[in-house]
Amino acid sequence: MQVRIANVRKEFDRFPALHDVSLDIHSGELIALLGPSGSGKTTLLRLIAGLETPTDGKVFFGDIDASEKTVQERNIGFVFQHYALFRHMTILENVSFGLSVRPRATRPPAGEIRRRAMELLDLVQLSGLEKRYPNQLSGGQRQRVALARALAIEPGVLLLDEPFGALDAQVRRELRKWLREMHDRTGHTTVFVTHDQEEALELADRLCVMSQGKIEQVGSPDTVYDSPISPFVFGFIGESSELPVTVENGELWSGGRAIGVPAPDSKTGEARLFFRPHDVELVEHDASLAGVVTSSRRVGGTRRVELEIGGEGHKVEVDLPFDHPAGEKTRLSFRPKRWRLF
Amino acid sequence: MKQPSVIPGFGLTLGFTLAYFSLIVFIPMIALGIRSAGLGFDGFWKAATDPRVLGALRVSFVTALIAAGVNVIFGTLIAWVLVRYRFPGRRIFDAVVDLPFALPTAVAGIALTAIYAPNGIVGQWFPFRIAYTPIGIVIAMIFIGLPFVVRTIQPILEEVSREVEEASATLGASRFQTITRVILPSLTPAILTGFALAFARGVGEYGSVIFIAGNIPFVSEIAPLLIYIRLQEFNYVGATVIAAVMLIISFAMLFFINLIQAWSRKRFGYGN
Amino acid sequence: MATKIRHLHRHHTSPVSESRTVQVIAIFLCLLFMALFLILPLWSVFIEAFAKGVGAYFSALVNKDAQSAIRLTLLVAAVAVPLNVVFGVCASWAIAKFEFKGKAFLITLIDLPFSVSPVISGMVYVLLFGAGSFLGPWLKSYGIEVLFALPGIILATIFVTFPFVARELIPLMQDQGTGDEEAALSLGANGWQTFWRVTVPNIRWGLLYGVLLCNARAMGEFGAVAVVSGKIRGKTTTIPLQVEILYNEYNGAAAFALASLLAMLALLTLVLKSFLEWRFGDELAATGRH
Repeated sequence: MQVRIANVRKEFDRFPALHDVSLDIHSGELIALLGPSGSGKTTLLRLIAGLETPTDGKVFFGDIDASEKTVQERNIGFVFQHYALFRHMTILENVSFGLSVRPRATRPPAGEIRRRAMELLDLVQLSGLEKRYPNQLSGGQRQRVALARALAIEPGVLLLDEPFGALDAQVRRELRKWLREMHDRTGHTTVFVTHDQEEALELADRLCVMSQGKIEQVGSPDTVYDSPISPFVFGFIGESSELPVTVENGELWSGGRAIGVPAPDSKTGEARLFFRPHDVELVEHDASLAGVVTSSRRVGGTRRVELEIGGEGHKVEVDLPFDHPAGEKTRLSFRPKRWRLF
Repeated sequence: MKQPSVIPGFGLTLGFTLAYFSLIVFIPMIALGIRSAGLGFDGFWKAATDPRVLGALRVSFVTALIAAGVNVIFGTLIAWVLVRYRFPGRRIFDAVVDLPFALPTAVAGIALTAIYAPNGIVGQWFPFRIAYTPIGIVIAMIFIGLPFVVRTIQPILEEVSREVEEASATLGASRFQTITRVILPSLTPAILTGFALAFARGVGEYGSVIFIAGNIPFVSEIAPLLIYIRLQEFNYVGATVIAAVMLIISFAMLFFINLIQAWSRKRFGYGN
Repeated sequence: MATKIRHLHRHHTSPVSESRTVQVIAIFLCLLFMALFLILPLWSVFIEAFAKGVGAYFSALVNKDAQSAIRLTLLVAAVAVPLNVVFGVCASWAIAKFEFKGKAFLITLIDLPFSVSPVISGMVYVLLFGAGSFLGPWLKSYGIEVLFALPGIILATIFVTFPFVARELIPLMQDQGTGDEEAALSLGANGWQTFWRVTVPNIRWGLLYGVLLCNARAMGEFGAVAVVSGKIRGKTTTIPLQVEILYNEYNGAAAFALASLLAMLALLTLVLKSFLEWRFGDELAATGRH
């Protein structure tokens, strides 16, 4: 199902949590709401679910105005960060709950409910555990029960709030892969909230990067990573270095020297230069950015060098192959290969 | 016996604890045990099945059962209102719940009698008598048992996470279904414990009941009062037998409470 | 129009709360129940106490027997409470700071007096010291009266108030662990210094809380004391017993006047208790029942 969020605003006791947010979620896509804490991503998810009511604006499910519907009527599947399983019910009872609370007219017969719950437990690879209670399962298993429970009501949209936030790194990686496979198999329109950019980049068809109650950028992982449209997105997604520069004569200048980076389309004046530490080339003689090495450490297969540029204490990071001879030097000169000005 | 520790005072404190406990509680209780055992089974059985004794035990247990039942219903509601709703004066009402813990039972007894007597401010509105009947006993036991139920349920209700209720709503459950199928079942161990505590307290209660009860044998004479009467008559055997029966039953209750908690901790991962 | 009302309604009802109407009804029901069973009785104590005027109220309080009952009650509490404090501190020190066999059982045993009817609590001393016992006549031959005298009243009071301090301190000290004490000892403090300068400051509010509840019960105990006191006017009657005597003599106003003292003590206890919970809640053990 397609979900459209139209000019939604949300205030909590006069404190604005979302300012005029609009977003189109395509049918069948897996979209991540990504942002730091306090960015409004969870509020947006809860507004879609109907767990919060917007102060202004509307949420459409397809062509239907869902703002008029209660959470019970919206038929969404919601997976909570801490699973929120019913601890006095067995796993099977948990998964069956959504079907068994339906009004008699639409409730499937008991045998049918059981069959569908067992099917879902099979789908989430928990067959054989249906008689257990939630506290007898591991964190990863509980999260899969929570997902099966949400899927049992055949939701129009699947909403996940930091689904892997409470799990340890190993389980998290496995579940991430597994969720992607599940999505490809079932094709539910899925929205998930995360503050972990790696998770979002790996898992989602599209990212919606949020900050301070606003959407900063929406796009595919590649678009957001390669062409961030704001300093916030550049800084939040992936590694980045930042340096104040001046644009003059269609060229970038730093500390009164041209650095050999042409910028014919940029406006003359002060600007902030953003680049990724790995998108640089070392240069020997020509105009370049030069700095004193202040620290150097190995990160995986590369060496990350911190440089101080100019006399004002601006620090940037660049990556070198870990066995590159320049790693031993006390001064380095480089040019960013790909960069943006803001 | 103990693990090595750098902290001093183990022998002193445990020694004093055991000595004091023995003197105050253990030896007197043993005296009671020896007295009952001295009767032999036949003597014990004969004294325990005396019609007046059975009548008093029946009055105590039936009224305590009813009072604990009423307290479970209203105690759960009060715990719910205090935990979930915000209204002016909530803190004061929360404090007032503990009044029966703080107000001496004799004071409660005469005060309840005054208001529920046929000419009292509440009693006058009822076409039937409340004070001096078993209904009066139930009233006094409700008073004395209420905080046990409220204070047992309150902390557990506070722990029920909002997420669980939201999960239930997203799955399509109405508010009523969420309360009856999700929240109340998770409170069941606490409710049972509160019930058992209120019941045990009601069965043993003396001070607040005797003023309002009327104390008519077979009708409104409670077991603790009969013990008191037997002691006044220097009929120590009779008193001991009733006490022994009551103790056996309250220890069974205590055991039952521990069982609920152990079961609940094991199965659901939380106690109470 | 209909949609508009529906819409407004939605704005005020969270999916995890009841409608305002249901809330109001529930709150009203609870307040009514609490008014009928808790507040009205407390209120009536004062109404009845002043039923015959302020003069009668004060003359009931300065009455010779009343004065003697007040003195006896204060004396009993002054002996029973400190003894139970010493016991409570010792028991919680041993239980919280050390591991030993039978610890869980000991904790259960300490709670025992709570599950015993007050009449039975008094009765065990009658059996122990009364006629036909071994101890009673033996002590009597040395001129020591226990039953129907001060020692019996104190013993019965100690029995029923026995667990209050301990059950407040045990969970509190268990939560606090042994880290602070170990640190003090490693810095060269001796056992007493550690106790007075590290442990006591850590547990002071919990201790006060326990003392408060212990004292309220000690001054107000009726059933257990009734059994052992013999109710000799002016000699072995505590305030609650004197209230009963006056009440049974149809001297209601005087009974309620004396009862109002205990009601004020109860109110004071509740106020202090709520204050401690509000101000030092995190330094108290999370126990609400007694």
